[in-house]
Amino acid sequence: LSPGCEFLFPQASMMFTQCTWKCATSVLLIVLLCCILSPPAQASKSSEDIRCKCICPPYRNISGHIYNKNVSQKDCNCLHVVEPMPVPGNDVEAYCLLCECKYEERSTTTIKVIIIIYLSVVGALLLYMAFLVLVDPLIRKPDAYTQPLHNEEENEDARSLAPAPTPSGARANTVLERVEGAQQRWKRQVQEQRKTVFDRHKMLS
Amino acid sequence: MDQKGYRRGSFQSSTSDEDMLEIAGASLDFSMADDDPPLDREMGGFSSYNGGGMNGTSTMMDFLEEPLPGVGTYEDFNTIDWVREKSRDRDRHREITSRSKESTWALIHSVSDAFSGWLLMLLIGLLAGSLAGLIDISAHWMTDLKEGVCLAGFWFNHEHCCWKSNTTFTDRDKCPEWKSWSQLILGHGEGAFAYILNYFMYVIWALLFSLLAVLLVKGFAPYACGSGIPEIKTILSGFIIRGYLGKWTLIIKTITLVLAVSSGLSLGKEGPLVHVACCCGNILCHLFTKYRKNEAKRREVLSAAAAAGVSVAFGAPIGGVLFSLEEVSYYFPLKTLWRSFFAALVAAFTLRSINPFGNSRLVLFYVEFHMPWHLLELVPFILLGIFGGLWGAFFIRSNIAWCRRRKTTKLGKYPVLEVFVVTAITAILAFPNEYTRMSTSELISELFNDCGILDSSKLCEYVNDFNSTKGDDLPDRAAGPGVYTAMWQLALALIMKVFITIFTFGMKVPSGLFIPSMAVGAIAGRLLGVAMEQLAYYHHDWAIFSGWCSQGADCITPGLYAMVGAAACLGGVTRMTVSLVVIMFELTGGLEYIVPLMAAAMTSKWVADAIGREGIYDAHIRLNGYPFLEAKEEFSHKTLAMDVMRPRRNDPPLTVITQDSMTVEDVETIINETTYSGYPVVVSRESQRLVGFVLRRDLIISVENARKKQDGIVSTSIIYFTDHSPPLPPSSPSMLKLRSILDLSPFTVTDQTPMEIVVDIFRKLGLRQCLVTHNGKLLGIITKKDVLKHIAQLANQDPDSILFN
Repeated sequence: LSPGCEFLFPQASMMFTQCTWKCATSVLLIVLLCCILSPPAQASKSSEDIRCKCICPPYRNISGHIYNKNVSQKDCNCLHVVEPMPVPGNDVEAYCLLCECKYEERSTTTIKVIIIIYLSVVGALLLYMAFLVLVDPLIRKPDAYTQPLHNEEENEDARSLAPAPTPSGARANTVLERVEGAQQRWKRQVQEQRKTVFDRHKMLS
Repeated sequence: MDQKGYRRGSFQSSTSDEDMLEIAGASLDFSMADDDPPLDREMGGFSSYNGGGMNGTSTMMDFLEEPLPGVGTYEDFNTIDWVREKSRDRDRHREITSRSKESTWALIHSVSDAFSGWLLMLLIGLLAGSLAGLIDISAHWMTDLKEGVCLAGFWFNHEHCCWKSNTTFTDRDKCPEWKSWSQLILGHGEGAFAYILNYFMYVIWALLFSLLAVLLVKGFAPYACGSGIPEIKTILSGFIIRGYLGKWTLIIKTITLVLAVSSGLSLGKEGPLVHVACCCGNILCHLFTKYRKNEAKRREVLSAAAAAGVSVAFGAPIGGVLFSLEEVSYYFPLKTLWRSFFAALVAAFTLRSINPFGNSRLVLFYVEFHMPWHLLELVPFILLGIFGGLWGAFFIRSNIAWCRRRKTTKLGKYPVLEVFVVTAITAILAFPNEYTRMSTSELISELFNDCGILDSSKLCEYVNDFNSTKGDDLPDRAAGPGVYTAMWQLALALIMKVFITIFTFGMKVPSGLFIPSMAVGAIAGRLLGVAMEQLAYYHHDWAIFSGWCSQGADCITPGLYAMVGAAACLGGVTRMTVSLVVIMFELTGGLEYIVPLMAAAMTSKWVADAIGREGIYDAHIRLNGYPFLEAKEEFSHKTLAMDVMRPRRNDPPLTVITQDSMTVEDVETIINETTYSGYPVVVSRESQRLVGFVLRRDLIISVENARKKQDGIVSTSIIYFTDHSPPLPPSSPSMLKLRSILDLSPFTVTDQTPMEIVVDIFRKLGLRQCLVTHNGKLLGIITKKDVLKHIAQLANQDPDSILFN
């Protein structure tokens, strides 16, 4: 932003410069939202995904039957769907009065997308957990960082441990260092939460 | 300065009576907070919204005295100051309005500021609806995964797998694309070995899902377990729990909710959906400055988000708003009512467009019949209400006892093992009975269903006499053998659900209560309904039936009894009133059944209240010791303010700060030696005339910042809270002005004020502390924790169970 803008609108410039992690996550959420919402929006009414379902109960000596046909909504009635008609012509009306026809739609694309998103998120979380439990302690051995997933007593030393200083001595501004810092903070936070909920039973018992 | 002096080694409340605050861990390590960025990151700190004193108008524009970052924020596990937040918002609004006349950009800014609330509601509705759709579709699929898999595409659940193929009238579940596990592995689905294999796979899948759920919760977001509604109630009353409504909690809660529901445990997803929606609300608040920086405004948004959560759970927008109003929210300004309704509608509409159940329905158990009922049927409905009340009271007592045991004994040390054992027991007991094998929502849907000629389930296996069938009007029919089998299976299912839910609710996976309670009530209602129906069929000449139930007419609808039973049990457990009836009638889509529902709900609430005063959520709040000041109960004792205030008779006198005669060192000593969350500021120790109140956190931040950044501040510098510096010899070190952090209008009561008025003040204004004066001089202080302890003491409960501030 130009210096003039900063002078005139200090709030706006502050907000823009503070667009960091939070903005990124919110943008990510909105993208995810669009991903979830766009399949139904674009759901082409492929012939796969519509049907008219007619349920006809047992009638005299005819057993009950269910008829499926993919017709449009205006054609969804007994006369169009029930074929071959099991009763002779003069009984058709009485028979059709008993049948109930419903028009149903679904979106297979939505279902597929959602299930795949869900499974990939679960998979990603499992991989991350495996990474934290197995790989991370090996990488961080020089820093003597204790294992993140086990219950432990309150450890003042772990708390006072700052993230490892950058080798160049510059401020932790590169993306990697910021991610490191954020991850360390998050781990400490989860540890605190775990202590509160699981060990001390202060909350959510 | 020694930082270690600020640390508190233990998280437990100390034995000192005058304890007002626990500081969790290192004092200035603000990086622990999810919402608050660390100090060194903030560029310019706050804007001048909270600048220059709480009510100073001239100092608002004083950019020389820009407030420091961190001043005006709260520590974790603290109560917010509602008055301060509201006045801050009003200041901000005034500033924007006054600035809007200056330039076009400022005008646009003010318009967008007013509009931002609605935009936020829209986003919350969209996100909550999408997440609810994801949860519904995934839970459906994974529940069916325990029984088999679809060959046409593994992502289809049973119903969608058989969508295209023609199923028979009697066997609507069988189709060639869907293979149960025994059919997949063995090649055939019949026989004892196939049954055992199915059983085994069912149990294995259930265990896998629940173990995965509890490991994810434990590893990534321990706050994601439980229902969430008691904690959200506490948060909405002003408590701060950092991380409870954060991104990780949201992700983990969504994922593990699906896993927990799919594993066949006796829990529901409505309560956790409220938590999910509130997390969405909290996260989206960060996009708007107006809500990010103000805790009171944020809680308005959270109330609306809770309404959206219930709305997608039940497909009941109005019920959702009323639930938020009645159960969850503490302060519910009328402006929030309209916005909550908007958010709930947007969420319901989003869910409908995702269409998780096909047919554009929002809830699995939508009821479509409109059969009439008769006034005499009110008797069994009231019986169902009594059953609901009794069950509710029994459930609350036993669940609280079990949770207390989990909290205090060794049982609590093995959460993963506990989940494993409970899931194993549930799965092993559930598989043999088809009514417990199906998911609870499906069970409720089947029980609510009115049997017509088109139904062929076991429950609808009545003896049909086709010669007397006149079109669609069914006569009353005798129960066939299928119905009798279904009855005793349902009775077994009822017993199992009644007992297993006690151990399931409160485990370390996301667990809700609505669906299991509705299931218990629906089973009981259906049993009673079928009994009544058969009674009417076999004895239609009795006096009670002959008046309205002529022979051959079908007058009793067991589905309605199931619905009324579900409402009664839900009301007995949660003590919901209006919101329950509205949710139920939005489920049925008609006003015909309002009177039975209301009769049952009222009866169940009266019976349950007679046995135990609290609903399940209030009972859990009390069990956990959250500082929640109950807004619904009257305080009826005759104590006075001076009985509750601190210091008591034998205690050391009140710790105060003088307005212009203390040095930096004195203040630091006070901060180090005491743990109070705030200090009154008086004119002088002799006069004890009140000037204002200063908060501990603000004091620490300001003094530390002054030592680091301001020139000439040393330990002997004088701190002054007045407008103009006190006269001192020129050789003394420069003075530190801290007027900007002083609250010049603290609330005071006299020592003779009755406690009922004091409790009322705390409730209505949302105070954290209140100063007590005598003849105009400062005498003592009453904090919210003192009030809670006092109430607990008078109710003969353990006053030490109030843990937090």
